[in-house]
Amino acid sequence: MALLEITGLSKSFRGLQALKNVTISVDEGEILGIIGSNGAGKTTLFNCITGAFAPDTGTVKLGGEDITGKKMHTLAQRGLVRTFQLMRPFGTLSTIDNVTIAVQSRGVRPESKARDEATMILARTGLDGWADATSGSLPTAVQKRLELARALAMNPHVLLLDEVLAGLVPSEREPVLELLESLRKNDGVTMVFIEHIMAAVRRLSDRVVMMDQGAVLAQGDVDEVLANPDVVAAYLGKEYGDAA
Amino acid sequence: MSFSTKTVRQPEPAAATGTLISRRVSSSNHTWNLVLVGAVLVLGIVLPFILPAAELGIAMRILIFALMGVGWNMMSGFGGMFSFGHAAFFGIGAYTTAFLLVEVGLTPWLGMIVGMVISAAAAVGISYLALRYQLRGAYYALSTFAFAEMLRLFVIGNESLNKTVGFTVPVMFGDNWGMFQFRAGSPVYFWIGTAMLVIVMLFCIWFLRSRAGRFSIATRDDELAASAVGIPTLRYKLTLVAISAAITALAGALYLQFYMFIDPDLAFGATVSNNAIITAVVGGVGTLWGPVLGAVIVAPLSDLVTELLRHPPEWLSFLEGLDGLDILVYAVVLIAFVLLLPKGIVGTFLGRRKK
Repeated sequence: MALLEITGLSKSFRGLQALKNVTISVDEGEILGIIGSNGAGKTTLFNCITGAFAPDTGTVKLGGEDITGKKMHTLAQRGLVRTFQLMRPFGTLSTIDNVTIAVQSRGVRPESKARDEATMILARTGLDGWADATSGSLPTAVQKRLELARALAMNPHVLLLDEVLAGLVPSEREPVLELLESLRKNDGVTMVFIEHIMAAVRRLSDRVVMMDQGAVLAQGDVDEVLANPDVVAAYLGKEYGDAA
Repeated sequence: MSFSTKTVRQPEPAAATGTLISRRVSSSNHTWNLVLVGAVLVLGIVLPFILPAAELGIAMRILIFALMGVGWNMMSGFGGMFSFGHAAFFGIGAYTTAFLLVEVGLTPWLGMIVGMVISAAAAVGISYLALRYQLRGAYYALSTFAFAEMLRLFVIGNESLNKTVGFTVPVMFGDNWGMFQFRAGSPVYFWIGTAMLVIVMLFCIWFLRSRAGRFSIATRDDELAASAVGIPTLRYKLTLVAISAAITALAGALYLQFYMFIDPDLAFGATVSNNAIITAVVGGVGTLWGPVLGAVIVAPLSDLVTELLRHPPEWLSFLEGLDGLDILVYAVVLIAFVLLLPKGIVGTFLGRRKK
Protein backbone atom coordinates (compact mmCIF):
# COMPACT_ATOMS: atom_id res chain seq x y z
CA MET A 1 0.00 0.00 0.00
CA ALA A 2 1.19 3.49 -0.82
CA LEU A 3 2.37 5.50 2.17
CA LEU A 4 1.82 8.87 0.49
CA GLU A 5 -0.95 9.21 -2.08
CA ILE A 6 -1.54 12.40 -4.01
CA THR A 7 -4.67 12.30 -6.15
CA GLY A 8 -5.87 14.88 -8.66
CA LEU A 9 -4.08 17.79 -6.99
CA SER A 10 -4.61 21.21 -8.60
CA LYS A 11 -3.61 24.67 -7.48
CA SER A 12 -4.01 28.06 -9.13
CA PHE A 13 -2.62 31.44 -8.22
CA ARG A 14 -5.08 33.89 -9.77
CA GLY A 15 -4.63 33.30 -13.51
CA LEU A 16 -1.71 30.88 -13.23
CA GLN A 17 -2.40 27.19 -12.83
CA ALA A 18 0.64 25.94 -10.92
CA LEU A 19 -0.57 22.35 -10.51
CA LYS A 20 -2.84 20.46 -12.89
CA ASN A 21 -4.47 17.28 -11.70
CA VAL A 22 -1.27 15.78 -10.24
CA THR A 23 -1.52 12.14 -9.15
CA ILE A 24 1.50 10.47 -7.56
CA SER A 25 1.95 7.70 -5.00
CA VAL A 26 4.98 6.81 -2.93
CA ASP A 27 5.46 3.42 -1.29
CA GLU A 28 6.93 2.96 2.17
CA GLY A 29 10.74 3.01 2.07
CA GLU A 30 10.78 4.24 -1.52
CA ILE A 31 12.83 7.15 -2.85
CA LEU A 32 10.93 9.12 -5.47
CA GLY A 33 12.77 11.72 -7.51
CA ILE A 34 10.87 14.69 -8.95
CA ILE A 35 12.44 16.44 -11.88
CA GLY A 36 11.38 19.23 -14.15
CA SER A 37 12.44 22.64 -15.30
CA ASN A 38 12.04 25.78 -13.20
CA GLY A 39 8.39 26.72 -12.81
CA ALA A 40 7.18 23.17 -13.43
CA GLY A 41 5.27 23.18 -10.13
CA LYS A 42 7.61 20.96 -8.07
CA THR A 43 7.89 23.22 -5.04
CA THR A 44 4.18 24.10 -5.23
CA LEU A 45 3.50 20.37 -5.06
CA PHE A 46 5.59 20.16 -1.86
CA ASN A 47 3.78 23.19 -0.48
CA CYS A 48 0.40 21.57 -1.11
CA ILE A 49 1.47 18.23 0.37
CA THR A 50 2.88 19.79 3.54
CA GLY A 51 0.04 22.22 4.21
CA ALA A 52 1.82 25.46 3.28
CA PHE A 53 -0.83 25.94 0.58
CA ALA A 54 -4.34 24.50 0.50
CA PRO A 55 -4.89 22.83 -2.88
CA ASP A 56 -7.91 23.91 -4.95
CA THR A 57 -8.91 20.32 -5.68
CA GLY A 58 -7.51 16.86 -5.01
CA THR A 59 -6.47 14.93 -1.94
CA VAL A 60 -3.30 14.04 -0.08
CA LYS A 61 -3.31 10.87 2.02
CA LEU A 62 -0.66 9.76 4.48
CA GLY A 63 -0.88 6.11 5.50
CA GLY A 64 -4.43 6.03 4.14
CA GLU A 65 -5.60 9.06 6.15
CA ASP A 66 -6.74 12.19 4.34
CA ILE A 67 -4.40 15.01 5.38
CA THR A 68 -5.41 17.53 2.70
CA GLY A 69 -5.16 21.09 3.95
CA LYS A 70 -3.92 20.09 7.41
CA LYS A 71 -1.53 22.55 9.02
CA MET A 72 2.17 22.17 8.36
CA HIS A 73 3.15 21.86 12.03
CA THR A 74 0.60 19.11 12.60
CA LEU A 75 1.94 17.15 9.64
CA ALA A 76 5.55 17.70 10.72
CA GLN A 77 4.75 16.27 14.13
CA ARG A 78 3.29 13.24 12.40
CA GLY A 79 6.54 12.66 10.55
CA LEU A 80 5.82 14.34 7.20
CA VAL A 81 8.83 16.62 7.15
CA ARG A 82 10.27 18.90 4.50
CA THR A 83 13.32 20.99 3.73
CA PHE A 84 13.33 24.22 1.74
CA GLN A 85 14.98 25.09 -1.54
CA LEU A 86 16.21 28.40 -0.10
CA MET A 87 17.72 27.83 3.31
CA ARG A 88 15.59 29.01 6.19
CA PRO A 89 17.67 28.80 9.37
CA PHE A 90 16.50 30.38 12.63
CA GLY A 91 19.14 32.97 11.90
CA THR A 92 19.70 34.48 15.33
CA LEU A 93 20.11 31.09 16.99
CA SER A 94 23.12 28.80 17.04
CA THR A 95 23.30 25.69 14.87
CA ILE A 96 22.73 23.40 17.84
CA ASP A 97 19.78 25.49 19.00
CA ASN A 98 18.20 25.16 15.55
CA VAL A 99 18.34 21.40 15.82
CA THR A 100 17.48 21.25 19.53
CA ILE A 101 14.28 23.20 18.88
CA ALA A 102 13.22 20.65 16.29
CA VAL A 103 13.92 17.80 18.74
CA GLN A 104 12.01 19.62 21.50
CA SER A 105 9.00 20.16 19.25
CA ARG A 106 8.58 16.35 19.25
CA GLY A 107 8.05 16.62 22.99
CA VAL A 108 11.51 15.43 24.04
CA ARG A 109 12.23 16.64 27.59
CA PRO A 110 14.22 17.72 29.49
CA GLU A 111 16.24 20.14 27.39
CA SER A 112 19.50 18.32 28.16
CA LYS A 113 18.10 15.18 26.54
CA ALA A 114 17.01 17.15 23.47
CA ARG A 115 20.47 18.72 23.26
CA ASP A 116 22.17 15.33 23.46
CA GLU A 117 20.01 14.11 20.60
CA ALA A 118 20.71 17.29 18.63
CA THR A 119 24.43 16.77 19.20
CA MET A 120 24.21 13.30 17.66
CA ILE A 121 22.31 14.69 14.67
CA LEU A 122 24.95 17.39 14.19
CA ALA A 123 27.60 14.69 14.16
CA ARG A 124 25.60 12.66 11.69
CA THR A 125 25.31 15.61 9.33
CA GLY A 126 28.90 16.76 9.81
CA LEU A 127 27.92 19.93 11.63
CA ASP A 128 29.57 19.20 14.95
CA GLY A 129 32.25 21.81 14.35
CA TRP A 130 29.57 24.45 13.77
CA ALA A 131 27.46 23.76 16.84
CA ASP A 132 27.92 27.18 18.43
CA ALA A 133 28.05 29.28 15.28
CA THR A 134 25.15 31.64 14.64
CA SER A 135 23.19 29.87 11.93
CA GLY A 136 22.34 33.02 9.96
CA SER A 137 26.01 33.61 9.18
CA LEU A 138 26.89 30.04 8.12
CA PRO A 139 28.19 29.36 4.59
CA THR A 140 25.59 28.12 2.09
CA ALA A 141 26.82 24.52 2.12
CA VAL A 142 26.62 24.38 5.90
CA GLN A 143 23.15 25.94 5.96
CA LYS A 144 22.04 23.28 3.47
CA ARG A 145 23.23 20.59 5.87
CA LEU A 146 21.49 22.40 8.71
CA GLU A 147 18.22 22.18 6.76
CA LEU A 148 18.76 18.46 6.56
CA ALA A 149 19.81 18.17 10.22
CA ARG A 150 16.69 19.99 11.38
CA ALA A 151 14.53 17.72 9.27
CA LEU A 152 16.23 14.63 10.70
CA ALA A 153 15.60 15.95 14.19
CA MET A 154 11.89 15.52 13.51
CA ASN A 155 12.35 11.74 13.16
CA PRO A 156 10.81 11.85 9.69
CA HIS A 157 8.70 9.05 8.35
CA VAL A 158 8.37 10.75 4.98
CA LEU A 159 11.04 13.28 4.06
CA LEU A 160 10.44 15.83 1.30
CA LEU A 161 13.74 17.31 0.12
CA ASP A 162 13.63 20.42 -2.04
CA GLU A 163 16.90 20.68 -3.99
CA VAL A 164 19.00 19.63 -1.07
CA LEU A 165 22.11 19.47 -3.29
CA ALA A 166 21.68 22.86 -4.95
CA GLY A 167 24.57 25.22 -4.31
CA LEU A 168 26.91 22.42 -3.23
CA VAL A 169 30.13 21.64 -5.08
CA PRO A 170 30.63 17.95 -6.04
CA SER A 171 32.84 17.22 -3.03
CA GLU A 172 30.10 18.55 -0.75
CA ARG A 173 27.37 16.54 -2.47
CA GLU A 174 28.87 13.12 -1.85
CA PRO A 175 28.46 13.06 1.93
CA VAL A 176 24.88 14.30 1.61
CA LEU A 177 24.10 11.53 -0.86
CA GLU A 178 25.69 8.99 1.48
CA LEU A 179 23.60 10.31 4.32
CA LEU A 180 20.39 10.04 2.31
CA GLU A 181 21.27 6.47 1.32
CA SER A 182 21.92 5.61 4.95
CA LEU A 183 18.61 7.16 5.97
CA ARG A 184 16.77 4.79 3.73
CA LYS A 185 18.93 1.78 4.54
CA ASN A 186 19.24 2.20 8.30
CA ASP A 187 16.18 4.25 9.22
CA GLY A 188 13.67 3.19 6.57
CA VAL A 189 12.81 6.79 5.74
CA THR A 190 10.60 7.27 2.70
CA MET A 191 11.83 10.16 0.59
CA VAL A 192 10.56 12.41 -2.15
CA PHE A 193 13.20 14.70 -3.52
CA ILE A 194 13.22 17.49 -6.05
CA GLU A 195 16.54 17.63 -7.84
CA HIS A 196 18.15 19.01 -10.97
CA ILE A 197 21.40 17.05 -10.66
CA MET A 198 20.69 13.99 -12.80
CA ALA A 199 23.58 11.93 -11.43
CA ALA A 200 22.01 12.21 -7.98
CA VAL A 201 18.57 11.39 -9.36
CA ARG A 202 19.92 8.26 -11.03
CA ARG A 203 21.83 7.20 -7.93
CA LEU A 204 19.06 7.68 -5.35
CA SER A 205 15.72 7.26 -7.07
CA ASP A 206 13.69 4.09 -7.24
CA ARG A 207 11.26 5.93 -9.50
CA VAL A 208 11.13 9.35 -11.09
CA VAL A 209 8.29 11.77 -11.80
CA MET A 210 8.84 14.36 -14.50
CA MET A 211 6.75 17.53 -14.12
CA ASP A 212 6.17 20.15 -16.76
CA GLN A 213 3.95 23.23 -16.53
CA GLY A 214 2.21 21.97 -13.41
CA ALA A 215 1.37 18.51 -14.73
CA VAL A 216 2.98 15.08 -14.52
CA LEU A 217 4.58 14.49 -17.90
CA ALA A 218 5.98 11.02 -17.20
CA GLN A 219 6.68 8.73 -14.26
CA GLY A 220 8.31 5.39 -13.76
CA ASP A 221 11.77 3.86 -13.87
CA VAL A 222 14.59 6.43 -13.94
CA ASP A 223 16.11 5.37 -17.25
CA GLU A 224 12.74 5.02 -18.95
CA VAL A 225 11.63 8.48 -17.89
CA LEU A 226 14.91 10.13 -18.83
CA ALA A 227 14.78 8.47 -22.24
CA ASN A 228 11.17 9.54 -22.83
CA PRO A 229 11.10 11.90 -25.88
CA ASP A 230 8.59 14.22 -24.15
CA VAL A 231 10.91 14.55 -21.18
CA VAL A 232 13.90 15.28 -23.38
CA ALA A 233 11.84 17.82 -25.30
CA ALA A 234 10.66 19.50 -22.10
CA TYR A 235 14.22 19.79 -20.83
CA LEU A 236 16.19 20.45 -24.00
CA GLY A 237 13.69 21.60 -26.63
CA LYS A 238 11.47 19.91 -29.20
CA GLU A 239 14.19 19.13 -31.73
CA TYR A 240 16.09 17.09 -29.11
CA GLY A 241 12.87 15.32 -28.16
CA ASP A 242 12.21 14.34 -31.74
CA ALA A 243 15.75 13.03 -32.05
CA ALA A 244 15.31 10.89 -28.94
CA MET B 1 34.69 14.56 2.06
CA SER B 2 33.50 16.65 4.98
CA PHE B 3 31.45 13.98 6.74
CA SER B 4 30.66 10.35 6.28
CA THR B 5 28.14 7.77 7.33
CA LYS B 6 30.74 6.45 9.76
CA THR B 7 29.66 9.23 12.07
CA VAL B 8 26.06 8.05 11.90
CA ARG B 9 26.09 5.61 14.74
CA GLN B 10 28.71 7.15 16.98
CA PRO B 11 29.06 10.90 17.31
CA GLU B 12 32.54 12.34 17.23
CA PRO B 13 33.89 13.49 20.60
CA ALA B 14 34.03 17.00 19.13
CA ALA B 15 30.25 17.04 19.01
CA ALA B 16 30.01 16.58 22.74
CA THR B 17 32.56 19.33 23.23
CA GLY B 18 30.45 21.59 21.02
CA THR B 19 27.47 21.07 23.26
CA LEU B 20 29.49 21.76 26.37
CA ILE B 21 30.71 25.03 24.89
CA SER B 22 27.19 25.94 23.88
CA ARG B 23 25.91 25.24 27.37
CA ARG B 24 28.79 27.22 28.88
CA VAL B 25 28.05 30.24 26.67
CA SER B 26 24.37 30.08 27.46
CA SER B 27 24.94 29.65 31.18
CA SER B 28 27.42 32.55 31.21
CA ASN B 29 24.79 34.81 29.59
CA HIS B 30 22.27 33.62 32.13
CA THR B 31 24.63 34.42 35.00
CA TRP B 32 25.18 37.91 33.59
CA ASN B 33 21.45 38.45 33.31
CA LEU B 34 20.93 37.47 36.93
CA VAL B 35 23.81 39.71 38.02
CA LEU B 36 22.19 42.62 36.15
CA VAL B 37 18.82 41.92 37.80
CA GLY B 38 20.64 41.97 41.15
CA ALA B 39 22.28 45.28 40.21
CA VAL B 40 18.89 46.80 39.30
CA LEU B 41 17.52 45.62 42.64
CA VAL B 42 20.40 47.05 44.67
CA LEU B 43 20.32 50.32 42.72
CA GLY B 44 16.57 50.55 43.20
CA ILE B 45 16.88 50.11 46.95
CA VAL B 46 19.77 52.56 47.35
CA LEU B 47 18.77 55.29 44.88
CA PRO B 48 16.07 56.99 46.99
CA PHE B 49 18.69 57.53 49.73
CA ILE B 50 21.07 59.20 47.25
CA LEU B 51 18.72 61.14 44.97
CA PRO B 52 17.05 64.32 46.15
CA ALA B 53 13.29 63.78 46.54
CA ALA B 54 12.59 66.07 43.58
CA GLU B 55 14.53 63.74 41.25
CA LEU B 56 12.54 60.67 42.29
CA GLY B 57 9.86 61.73 39.80
CA ILE B 58 12.33 61.25 36.95
CA ALA B 59 13.48 57.95 38.44
CA MET B 60 9.85 56.77 38.54
CA ARG B 61 9.44 57.85 34.93
CA ILE B 62 12.44 55.67 34.07
CA LEU B 63 10.81 52.66 35.74
CA ILE B 64 7.49 53.22 33.96
CA PHE B 65 9.27 53.64 30.61
CA ALA B 66 11.37 50.54 31.30
CA LEU B 67 8.25 48.45 31.93
CA MET B 68 6.60 49.83 28.79
CA GLY B 69 9.73 49.22 26.71
CA VAL B 70 10.24 45.68 28.05
CA GLY B 71 6.57 44.94 27.36
CA TRP B 72 6.73 46.27 23.80
CA ASN B 73 10.00 44.44 23.19
CA MET B 74 8.55 41.05 24.13
CA MET B 75 6.01 41.29 21.34
CA SER B 76 7.84 43.35 18.75
CA GLY B 77 11.47 42.53 19.49
CA PHE B 78 11.26 38.85 20.45
CA GLY B 79 8.01 38.16 18.60
CA GLY B 80 8.68 40.17 15.43
CA MET B 81 5.15 41.65 15.52
CA PHE B 82 5.66 45.39 15.33
CA SER B 83 3.12 47.21 17.45
CA PHE B 84 2.19 50.83 17.04
CA GLY B 85 -0.59 50.65 19.57
CA HIS B 86 0.80 49.65 22.95
CA ALA B 87 -1.07 52.62 24.41
CA ALA B 88 -4.11 50.32 24.23
CA PHE B 89 -2.61 47.91 26.77
CA PHE B 90 -1.14 50.69 28.93
CA GLY B 91 -4.53 52.41 28.95
CA ILE B 92 -6.45 49.24 29.77
CA GLY B 93 -4.11 48.66 32.75
CA ALA B 94 -4.48 52.23 34.02
CA TYR B 95 -8.21 52.57 33.39
CA THR B 96 -9.15 49.16 34.82
CA THR B 97 -7.21 49.90 38.00
CA ALA B 98 -8.72 53.40 38.24
CA PHE B 99 -12.28 52.28 37.52
CA LEU B 100 -12.19 49.42 40.01
CA LEU B 101 -10.64 51.67 42.65
CA VAL B 102 -12.90 54.69 42.21
CA GLU B 103 -16.18 52.99 41.31
CA VAL B 104 -15.93 49.65 43.12
CA GLY B 105 -13.43 50.44 45.88
CA LEU B 106 -11.18 47.54 44.90
CA THR B 107 -7.55 47.78 46.00
CA PRO B 108 -5.21 48.76 43.14
CA TRP B 109 -3.17 45.62 43.83
CA LEU B 110 -6.09 43.50 42.62
CA GLY B 111 -7.16 46.15 40.10
CA MET B 112 -3.80 45.97 38.35
CA ILE B 113 -3.99 42.18 38.13
CA VAL B 114 -7.47 42.43 36.62
CA GLY B 115 -6.13 45.11 34.26
CA MET B 116 -3.26 42.84 33.19
CA VAL B 117 -5.65 39.95 32.52
CA ILE B 118 -8.10 42.12 30.54
CA SER B 119 -5.24 43.69 28.61
CA ALA B 120 -3.73 40.30 27.76
CA ALA B 121 -7.15 38.96 26.70
CA ALA B 122 -7.84 42.01 24.51
CA ALA B 123 -4.39 41.77 22.94
CA VAL B 124 -4.83 38.08 22.20
CA GLY B 125 -8.29 38.71 20.74
CA ILE B 126 -7.23 41.48 18.39
CA SER B 127 -3.99 39.73 17.43
CA TYR B 128 -5.75 36.44 16.80
CA LEU B 129 -8.05 38.13 14.31
CA ALA B 130 -5.17 40.04 12.70
CA LEU B 131 -2.80 37.07 12.45
CA ARG B 132 -5.48 34.56 11.54
CA TYR B 133 -6.32 36.70 8.51
CA GLN B 134 -2.67 37.10 7.55
CA LEU B 135 -2.09 40.72 8.55
CA ARG B 136 1.67 41.10 8.55
CA GLY B 137 4.29 43.81 8.98
CA ALA B 138 3.00 47.33 8.48
CA TYR B 139 -0.60 46.13 8.20
CA TYR B 140 -0.39 44.43 11.59
CA ALA B 141 1.22 47.56 13.08
CA LEU B 142 -1.61 49.66 11.69
CA SER B 143 -4.19 47.33 13.18
CA THR B 144 -2.64 47.79 16.66
CA PHE B 145 -2.59 51.57 16.14
CA ALA B 146 -6.25 51.50 15.10
CA PHE B 147 -7.12 49.41 18.16
CA ALA B 148 -5.50 51.93 20.53
CA GLU B 149 -7.18 54.84 18.78
CA MET B 150 -10.52 53.05 18.87
CA LEU B 151 -10.18 52.56 22.63
CA ARG B 152 -9.24 56.22 23.11
CA LEU B 153 -12.34 57.36 21.24
CA PHE B 154 -14.48 54.82 23.08
CA VAL B 155 -13.30 56.13 26.46
CA ILE B 156 -13.76 59.76 25.39
CA GLY B 157 -17.38 59.03 24.54
CA ASN B 158 -18.17 56.80 27.51
CA GLU B 159 -20.04 58.37 30.41
CA SER B 160 -19.22 55.60 32.90
CA LEU B 161 -15.50 56.15 32.21
CA ASN B 162 -15.89 59.92 32.81
CA LYS B 163 -15.36 60.81 29.15
CA THR B 164 -12.47 63.28 28.67
CA VAL B 165 -12.21 63.99 32.42
CA GLY B 166 -10.78 60.59 33.27
CA PHE B 167 -10.17 59.40 36.83
CA THR B 168 -8.44 60.94 39.81
CA VAL B 169 -7.31 58.55 42.54
CA PRO B 170 -8.95 59.59 45.86
CA VAL B 171 -6.21 60.98 48.09
CA MET B 172 -5.62 59.39 51.50
CA PHE B 173 -3.52 60.69 54.30
CA GLY B 174 -0.29 58.96 55.24
CA ASP B 175 0.98 55.68 53.88
CA ASN B 176 -1.55 53.01 52.97
CA TRP B 177 -0.05 49.80 51.59
CA GLY B 178 -3.45 48.20 51.06
CA MET B 179 -4.52 51.02 48.76
CA PHE B 180 -1.05 51.40 47.13
CA GLN B 181 -0.83 55.01 48.26
CA PHE B 182 1.97 56.82 50.03
CA ARG B 183 2.79 60.37 51.05
CA ALA B 184 4.10 62.67 48.32
CA GLY B 185 7.77 62.08 47.56
CA SER B 186 7.78 58.72 49.36
CA PRO B 187 10.53 56.36 48.17
CA VAL B 188 8.08 53.45 48.53
CA TYR B 189 6.65 54.13 45.06
CA PHE B 190 10.14 53.76 43.64
CA TRP B 191 10.81 50.57 45.57
CA ILE B 192 7.53 49.07 44.39
CA GLY B 193 8.33 50.09 40.82
CA THR B 194 11.77 48.55 41.14
CA ALA B 195 10.27 45.33 42.52
CA MET B 196 7.88 45.21 39.57
CA LEU B 197 10.71 45.70 37.08
CA VAL B 198 12.83 43.04 38.79
CA ILE B 199 9.95 40.53 38.76
CA VAL B 200 9.19 41.33 35.10
CA MET B 201 12.86 40.92 34.12
CA LEU B 202 13.15 37.60 35.99
CA PHE B 203 9.98 36.42 34.26
CA CYS B 204 11.30 37.47 30.83
CA ILE B 205 14.65 35.75 31.45
CA TRP B 206 12.87 32.58 32.51
CA PHE B 207 10.44 32.69 29.59
CA LEU B 208 13.05 33.34 26.91
CA ARG B 209 15.17 30.45 28.21
CA SER B 210 12.17 28.12 28.29
CA ARG B 211 11.04 25.83 25.50
CA ALA B 212 8.17 28.22 24.72
CA GLY B 213 10.57 31.16 24.54
CA ARG B 214 12.86 29.36 22.11
CA PHE B 215 9.90 28.35 19.96
CA SER B 216 8.80 32.00 19.96
CA ILE B 217 12.21 33.20 18.79
CA ALA B 218 12.35 30.49 16.13
CA THR B 219 8.93 31.65 14.94
CA ARG B 220 10.15 35.24 14.76
CA ASP B 221 13.27 34.21 12.82
CA ASP B 222 11.33 32.20 10.23
CA GLU B 223 7.69 31.34 10.69
CA LEU B 224 7.48 28.85 7.82
CA ALA B 225 10.59 27.00 8.97
CA ALA B 226 9.20 26.95 12.50
CA SER B 227 5.99 25.35 11.23
CA ALA B 228 8.09 22.84 9.29
CA VAL B 229 9.67 21.63 12.52
CA GLY B 230 6.29 21.16 14.16
CA ILE B 231 5.91 24.44 16.04
CA PRO B 232 2.32 25.77 16.22
CA THR B 233 3.46 29.29 15.44
CA LEU B 234 0.19 31.13 16.08
CA ARG B 235 0.06 29.80 19.64
CA TYR B 236 3.54 31.09 20.47
CA LYS B 237 2.92 34.45 18.81
CA LEU B 238 -0.21 34.91 20.90
CA THR B 239 1.68 33.88 24.04
CA LEU B 240 4.16 36.69 23.47
CA VAL B 241 1.35 39.12 22.71
CA ALA B 242 -0.35 38.25 26.02
CA ILE B 243 2.87 38.62 28.01
CA SER B 244 3.66 41.92 26.30
CA ALA B 245 0.19 43.38 26.93
CA ALA B 246 0.19 42.28 30.59
CA ILE B 247 3.57 43.93 31.28
CA THR B 248 2.44 47.14 29.56
CA ALA B 249 -0.78 47.14 31.58
CA LEU B 250 1.33 46.86 34.72
CA ALA B 251 3.19 50.00 33.62
CA GLY B 252 -0.18 51.71 33.17
CA ALA B 253 -1.30 50.78 36.68
CA LEU B 254 1.99 51.98 38.15
CA TYR B 255 1.62 55.25 36.25
CA LEU B 256 -1.88 55.73 37.67
CA GLN B 257 -0.84 55.07 41.24
CA PHE B 258 2.17 57.39 41.07
CA TYR B 259 0.59 60.33 39.24
CA MET B 260 -2.88 59.61 40.76
CA PHE B 261 -4.60 60.75 37.61
CA ILE B 262 -5.44 59.35 34.20
CA ASP B 263 -7.37 60.63 31.19
CA PRO B 264 -7.94 59.25 27.67
CA ASP B 265 -4.93 61.02 26.10
CA LEU B 266 -2.51 60.14 28.89
CA ALA B 267 -3.64 56.52 28.74
CA PHE B 268 -4.42 55.79 25.10
CA GLY B 269 -2.66 58.64 23.26
CA ALA B 270 -0.16 57.92 20.48
CA THR B 271 2.60 59.44 22.65
CA VAL B 272 2.34 56.45 24.99
CA SER B 273 2.89 54.00 22.13
CA ASN B 274 5.74 56.14 20.78
CA ASN B 275 7.46 56.20 24.17
CA ALA B 276 7.33 52.40 24.41
CA ILE B 277 8.80 52.04 20.91
CA ILE B 278 11.48 54.72 21.29
CA THR B 279 12.65 53.28 24.60
CA ALA B 280 13.21 49.87 23.02
CA VAL B 281 14.71 51.26 19.80
CA VAL B 282 17.29 53.40 21.62
CA GLY B 283 18.29 50.53 23.93
CA GLY B 284 18.11 47.72 21.39
CA VAL B 285 15.10 45.93 19.95
CA GLY B 286 15.15 42.19 20.59
CA THR B 287 17.69 42.45 23.40
CA LEU B 288 16.74 41.68 26.99
CA TRP B 289 18.29 44.76 28.59
CA GLY B 290 17.92 47.21 25.71
CA PRO B 291 14.59 48.70 26.83
CA VAL B 292 15.84 49.14 30.41
CA LEU B 293 18.91 51.05 29.23
CA GLY B 294 16.73 52.89 26.70
CA ALA B 295 14.44 54.01 29.53
CA VAL B 296 17.41 55.41 31.46
CA ILE B 297 18.20 57.59 28.42
CA VAL B 298 14.78 58.40 26.98
CA ALA B 299 12.68 58.96 30.11
CA PRO B 300 14.74 61.84 31.52
CA LEU B 301 15.63 63.26 28.10
CA SER B 302 12.45 65.26 27.61
CA ASP B 303 12.56 66.58 31.19
CA LEU B 304 16.24 67.49 30.98
CA VAL B 305 15.86 69.31 27.66
CA THR B 306 12.78 71.15 28.92
CA GLU B 307 14.65 72.17 32.05
CA LEU B 308 17.67 73.26 30.01
CA LEU B 309 15.54 75.46 27.79
CA ARG B 310 13.66 76.88 30.74
CA HIS B 311 16.82 77.84 32.63
CA PRO B 312 19.64 77.73 30.08
CA PRO B 313 23.25 78.55 30.97
CA GLU B 314 24.36 82.02 29.96
CA TRP B 315 25.96 80.94 26.68
CA LEU B 316 22.64 79.37 25.61
CA SER B 317 20.47 82.17 26.93
CA PHE B 318 19.06 82.89 23.48
CA LEU B 319 17.14 79.59 23.79
CA GLU B 320 15.21 80.69 26.84
CA GLY B 321 11.45 80.58 26.45
CA LEU B 322 11.48 79.00 22.98
CA ASP B 323 8.37 76.88 23.34
CA GLY B 324 8.39 73.58 21.53
CA LEU B 325 12.13 73.51 20.94
CA ASP B 326 12.43 70.78 23.58
CA ILE B 327 10.38 68.46 21.39
CA LEU B 328 12.60 69.29 18.41
CA VAL B 329 15.78 68.54 20.35
CA TYR B 330 14.20 65.34 21.66
CA ALA B 331 13.34 64.25 18.11
CA VAL B 332 16.81 65.10 16.74
CA VAL B 333 18.52 63.10 19.49
CA LEU B 334 16.30 60.10 18.74
CA ILE B 335 16.83 60.33 14.98
CA ALA B 336 20.57 60.44 15.62
CA PHE B 337 20.30 57.26 17.69
CA VAL B 338 18.38 55.46 14.97
CA LEU B 339 20.85 56.55 12.26
CA LEU B 340 24.07 55.96 14.18
CA LEU B 341 23.05 52.94 16.24
CA PRO B 342 20.25 51.19 14.32
CA LYS B 343 20.53 48.13 16.57
CA GLY B 344 20.30 50.29 19.67
CA ILE B 345 22.97 50.56 22.32
CA VAL B 346 22.77 47.02 23.68
CA GLY B 347 22.25 45.53 20.20
CA THR B 348 25.36 47.29 18.87
CA PHE B 349 27.41 46.26 21.88
CA LEU B 350 26.35 42.61 21.58
CA GLY B 351 26.97 42.67 17.82
CA ARG B 352 30.53 43.93 18.31
CA ARG B 353 31.20 41.40 21.06
CA LYS B 354 30.13 38.55 18.75
CA LYS B 355 32.63 39.69 16.11
